[in-house]
Amino acid sequence: MNWEALFASAIDGIMLGFIYGLAAMGLSLIFGVMRVINLAHGPIIALGMFSTYLLTTQLGLNPYVGVVLTLMFGLLFGIVMYLVAVHRVINQPELTTLLATFAVSLIIIGLGTAAFTTTPRALDVDVGTLQSGAVTILGTRIIAVLIALAVAGGLYGLLYRTRVGKSIRAVANNRAAAELMGINTTAMLAFSFGLGAALATTAGGLIATLFAFTILAGGSFELKSFVIVVLGGLGNPTGALIGGILLGLLEGVTTIFIPVGWVPVIEYVIFILILLVRPNGLLGARA
Amino acid sequence: MNSSQPFAASARLAWRETLIPYVRLIAHPFLGLVLGVILVVALFPIVTNSPTLREEIFLVLMAVILASSVNIIMGYTGYVSFGNIVFFGLGGYVAFFMMLTFHVHLAVAVLAGGIFAALFATLLGIPVLRLRGAYFALATIGINEAVRAFVNNFDPFGGSVGMNFDYSFYDAYGGAKNALWLAYYAIVLVALATVAASFIIKQSKFGLGLMGIREDQDAAQVLGIQPARYKVIAYAISALFPAMAGAVFFFKNGIIEPGPAFSLTASIEGLVAVMLGGFGTVAGPIVGAVVYDRLRSFLLTSGAFSELHVAVAGVLLLLIVLFVPAGLVGELRRRVPWLRKYTE
Repeated sequence: MNWEALFASAIDGIMLGFIYGLAAMGLSLIFGVMRVINLAHGPIIALGMFSTYLLTTQLGLNPYVGVVLTLMFGLLFGIVMYLVAVHRVINQPELTTLLATFAVSLIIIGLGTAAFTTTPRALDVDVGTLQSGAVTILGTRIIAVLIALAVAGGLYGLLYRTRVGKSIRAVANNRAAAELMGINTTAMLAFSFGLGAALATTAGGLIATLFAFTILAGGSFELKSFVIVVLGGLGNPTGALIGGILLGLLEGVTTIFIPVGWVPVIEYVIFILILLVRPNGLLGARA
Repeated sequence: MNSSQPFAASARLAWRETLIPYVRLIAHPFLGLVLGVILVVALFPIVTNSPTLREEIFLVLMAVILASSVNIIMGYTGYVSFGNIVFFGLGGYVAFFMMLTFHVHLAVAVLAGGIFAALFATLLGIPVLRLRGAYFALATIGINEAVRAFVNNFDPFGGSVGMNFDYSFYDAYGGAKNALWLAYYAIVLVALATVAASFIIKQSKFGLGLMGIREDQDAAQVLGIQPARYKVIAYAISALFPAMAGAVFFFKNGIIEPGPAFSLTASIEGLVAVMLGGFGTVAGPIVGAVVYDRLRSFLLTSGAFSELHVAVAGVLLLLIVLFVPAGLVGELRRRVPWLRKYTE
């Protein structure tokens, strides 16, 4: 047993887990506020990758400035997407909102494939490495984790320390009552959707600084987000971050013991089992 | 002696009473019309002896099978199965494996693939159909991905490379040319069976139970319907036909790989067809599948749109969901009341 390799993989997995978690928080937030599962989540992550990529390569910005601008882009995109595609059917059964968001996903994939083709792209970011014994940590990962933590902290502050956050929580709790209390629920729903999309694009931007990607690359992160969200409890953004770290750790550690190909099998089986046994997630307190 | 007479008569009457509704069902003009149209269309390539037309109609019929099947669990029962393609892939894999390893005939392999998928759906459905709404939809995506990931690593099924037939494989069927025609006849038969099943379920008491579950599961249960049993049967039926179609499709292709067999996009295209034609109707998925398949191949072959066909499908789906949620057939039924008698 090579403890150092295990330790290194665990560290690597946990760091990736923060980014998985950030992406999943977006999915979870949208579900928590309006009971909508955003099937355009993966393509929005991919949009974040391309937004950061284009800002860096075309405008010559620092990639991390690109990530911050990508966050704003995601917020705007989410608000527009909500108003165009989701608001009209927000009170319909799940099938309708699932299909509406899936339609948006098809549009993004279709236009994105036409515009960018499916040739892999990569950002060349080098900020040095941190070394200690057999454990080497890339600087890009450390910065990505710090940004993920800052964004997650910012979201927490927004939801629990501001008036807008209070309104969002009120809308999530009881939309009709919130409306009666004078809250503009449409604005809050659109803003929440924007926040969810912003978390996804930010995660996408950070992933772009770590790995090569195509317009279809969001798909695997979308599926990971589903697994994470179910781990942490649907509609619970804090749970999503913890779920992300758990999944990252699981991925990092299991690859030492079993072939990489079997990891997704384990992930999806866990996903289905948790859905069946604890549909509110391992961390979901309320039944 | 005397008492047995009325008993025999009543038994005969009861027997006739149970049979009459089924006779009436099968003799229903709508079913004859729909099956007749499918048959006439299916005869075109045979009469004109055109392989191009045959390939096009093969794909249209496959789309009809996938859409009509998912409509049984989604449209009638209200359980959105996003990953219904898992049965198409599983049926294809089981049949392909049997044909390759044990050299069984296509007909046997198709039946085996279908039965395997239906059993798989039954076992899976017992726990998974307890989930409602979005949780069930998510679980079906997870099942498809889990099975795909599993097959990707499962060496007897060829892992990520998949399996393929040698060219000489088709000699048993009188050469590749004859095998392609055989596959076509098989898909026509499966399509006719799917549509007939879709109609009979819709008209039967069983179908009424499913629709009761869709509208209000708890109320349906109070009225004496056993939701668990009904849902599992509906799920198994919605697995049976796609699996048979998958068996025929991959027999025709001569190669099977995890990607095309368990494609989530293809799965959701089936849902798009159902929504386009009309959720919960018999004719809707057929109309939707034909329109969507034709539109897609038109976009794919027209130079300017070929890259954008996915985006066009997305715009189309969004417009339907937002503005015509009942679909083409549903909207027609709403606007032209006298047509309701002739459409189901």
